[in-house]
Amino acid sequence: MSLTVAQASDRRGDAAFNRSAARQLGLFGLATLIGLAALMWGLNLLASLTATAGGAPPAVDAANNAITVMLAEEPPQLDSTRATDQVSGLVLGHVMEGLLRYDQRGELAPGVAEHWRIDETGATFRLRADARWSDGQPITAHDFVFAWRLGLDPANASQYAFILYPIKNGEAVNQGRLPLTELGARAVDARTLEVAFERPIAFFDKLTAFATYLPVREDFYRAAEGRYGAGADQLLYSGPFAITSWVHGQSLQLDRNPHYWDQARVRLDRISVGYITSDPNTRLNLFKDEKIVMTGLTAENLNSALEQRWRIHRFMDGSIFYLEFNHREGRPTRNLNFRKALALAQDSGELVYKVTKAPGYLPGESLFPRFLDGVHGKFRDEHPARVRQMDLRAARAHLRQARQELGLDEFPPLVLLAGDNPVSNVQTEYFQAVFKRNLGLDIKIDRQIFKQRLAKMTAGDFDLVLAGWGPDYNDPLTFGDLFASWNLNNRGRYASAAYDRQVRIAQGAMDAPTRMAAFAEMQRIIHEDVVIIPNYERGVAYVTHPRVKGIVRRVVGADTDYTYAWIDP
Amino acid sequence: MLRYSLKRLLQGLVTVFLIATATFFAMHSVPGDPLAGDKALTERIRANLEAKYGLDQPLMTQYGIFLGNLVQGDFGISYTQENRRVNDIIREHFPVSATLGILAVAFAGLGGVLWGALTALYRNRWPDMAIMLAVILGISVPSFVFAALGQLLLVQVNGWLGFSLLPVAGWGTVAHMLIPSLVLGLGTMAYLTRLMRSSMLEIVGSDFVRTAKSKGLSASRIFTHHQLRNAILPVVTVLGPAIAAIATGGFVVEMVFAIPGLGRYFVQAVQQLDYTVIMGTTVFYGAFLVFMVIVVDLLYGWIDPRVRLE
Repeated sequence: MSLTVAQASDRRGDAAFNRSAARQLGLFGLATLIGLAALMWGLNLLASLTATAGGAPPAVDAANNAITVMLAEEPPQLDSTRATDQVSGLVLGHVMEGLLRYDQRGELAPGVAEHWRIDETGATFRLRADARWSDGQPITAHDFVFAWRLGLDPANASQYAFILYPIKNGEAVNQGRLPLTELGARAVDARTLEVAFERPIAFFDKLTAFATYLPVREDFYRAAEGRYGAGADQLLYSGPFAITSWVHGQSLQLDRNPHYWDQARVRLDRISVGYITSDPNTRLNLFKDEKIVMTGLTAENLNSALEQRWRIHRFMDGSIFYLEFNHREGRPTRNLNFRKALALAQDSGELVYKVTKAPGYLPGESLFPRFLDGVHGKFRDEHPARVRQMDLRAARAHLRQARQELGLDEFPPLVLLAGDNPVSNVQTEYFQAVFKRNLGLDIKIDRQIFKQRLAKMTAGDFDLVLAGWGPDYNDPLTFGDLFASWNLNNRGRYASAAYDRQVRIAQGAMDAPTRMAAFAEMQRIIHEDVVIIPNYERGVAYVTHPRVKGIVRRVVGADTDYTYAWIDP
Repeated sequence: MLRYSLKRLLQGLVTVFLIATATFFAMHSVPGDPLAGDKALTERIRANLEAKYGLDQPLMTQYGIFLGNLVQGDFGISYTQENRRVNDIIREHFPVSATLGILAVAFAGLGGVLWGALTALYRNRWPDMAIMLAVILGISVPSFVFAALGQLLLVQVNGWLGFSLLPVAGWGTVAHMLIPSLVLGLGTMAYLTRLMRSSMLEIVGSDFVRTAKSKGLSASRIFTHHQLRNAILPVVTVLGPAIAAIATGGFVVEMVFAIPGLGRYFVQAVQQLDYTVIMGTTVFYGAFLVFMVIVVDLLYGWIDPRVRLE
């Protein structure tokens, strides 16, 4: 009896204790909240010291005539003589201008050069008098000569040096066989630039719009002491915008460059890069929240965009993706019948429409993508590519023939080298499935990070590899010379005297019909010889803010280009 | 105490040296070419690049040079962002990660203690069950899911409200930090809650609490001075590694919320085989972790006088 009373009182005591403790915890919680608030206030103060102040600007700021965009990554290299990647190209395209540039329709237009003359032996560019750097000094012919020497200087080790090889002695200078001063580019006077060619070249005007050809001013470059392009103050601008602030990894601010000569074409006063992330869902969320004016769509978030009833734009970015064979001695893929068997056992249409299902992609038919110009119209309209239809009987016949020629009873498992990203993952699985089902071949997938895949491609450590190529300039040669036997990027080591001959014609000839005939011949050889199996041409689906007009997407040059954009009132 | 601190510091330096050495050789044995790019390099250019980064030297010589520079606190130039020094990358981006981490740890620590104490008080009643269910979710769901969900929720809320309550992504103000740090701290908070709960329950039944009760001490005094203070010890122990884990593990959250923290460089450097950035960030984070463990051990003696530091 007494025991239960004691228990009850104990329980009562416990209840009182619990209430009291709960009160204590409540106070603790309150103190926590106050403490957190104080901490956050302190952090805010700290952050305002280290970062640019101000919250998130809206996508469209009509009052300041400004828009906000995002970048997939921090621009790795804004030294134009060494930049290689698309993001750096995008930023450089807004803050720099070379001799020529591309206009809204993707046509060549005068830039720093007012007029120019190009013949078989060389070119002369007359620079405009009002072309100025962002510090107000005139842009001179010497700035181009300096930049080009820098691009070819072996000590500078630019990966894009090869694009300057059409200039006389370019390659010799780059290989260290001749001094820099022997380069065939000369400043006759401040406004006249003379270029001698290594050999006749039909598309030099297009090259001068490329980033490696941008001017660099010598005194500024030297004053930067090896940090040229590392920050907003360590770069001198020749283009419509100038970088006024750059917080690494976070934001860039591009303001109208008051010294740019063609003020009339620039309608925005400011382009803010407010966000840097490669996460496609973050981009979509930022777009939904009206924080950025444009975002690309992936296959996964396309539906989400459709639900919002946004107007979806499509754009072919000019890159081509293909299955490349290893043509080295001792590989089964060196055998033509074997390559034909593989080509006949798959279907790029099935791959694009039923397997990868990436928005905007087109089935690959040729090494030459559809955007390239021919003589009058598009190259691919003038010279339609021949396409192999999937044909299992023929494929198996070729496989039998290959087996006899190679003297094999059974084919060893083939190594399919690929990158590690969602699209190439399903692509490898597709090829693994069709080659097994249709030809009974075993495919070993070798998935590698980018650098390792390139290392293995260069070493020839594969049978098949998923590869791709994007254009550097708007001429079929940017694709055509890829399979020339001397090209270091020909990582499958395809070598054919007939093909090389056509590349030499295309490099040396000046008239379009001869050159296009040569490219048509290359296209035929690639098809007949099954140098590659074209997979797809990459497309991009994207959405833009309805009030921002004039956003230009480009196959060559800065993509995306906001320099012509304006805000619809 | 001083002797103990010095001893620990010395041990720490040896640990960092071992970390640096192991990372250096592991990194160089990873297959792949750090200089490879989309465009093939001519031999001449490759030779120049190798000379620039000292890759033309034998591995042991490279290691010697690396150690020499390490002593001077110089990690060299990044391979992928050639104009930036690794020291600058750490200096510019670590404060961001640290800010995010401090807030996350604050959320996790304070929240963990609060929820843990609550569950212990209301053991086997509904607040306990509800919180423990949330804890299981918090521990088992990875942070990238919470990050994506948190961001999606923000977009929806902003959409309903018609104005931006909190920014969806980006960096610069406290408003930018709130959701990311909460997401980042969630896992640790759940872990600490569970830890706090079990250590509270252990203490509620202990002799000294019974003694304090029978002495007639006020309930609140018993709670704060006898229960919480004792129960919090295991939490402090794991806080050190937790801080380091949060400061280094923010990669996903930093990607999703477009935050310019060091975690991004730490992970991407490995994917891009950016040797100098790999070494710089790994050694830096390693030293940071070692330092946090030492600090926590020293703190331990201060919180619990029973622990003698010798």
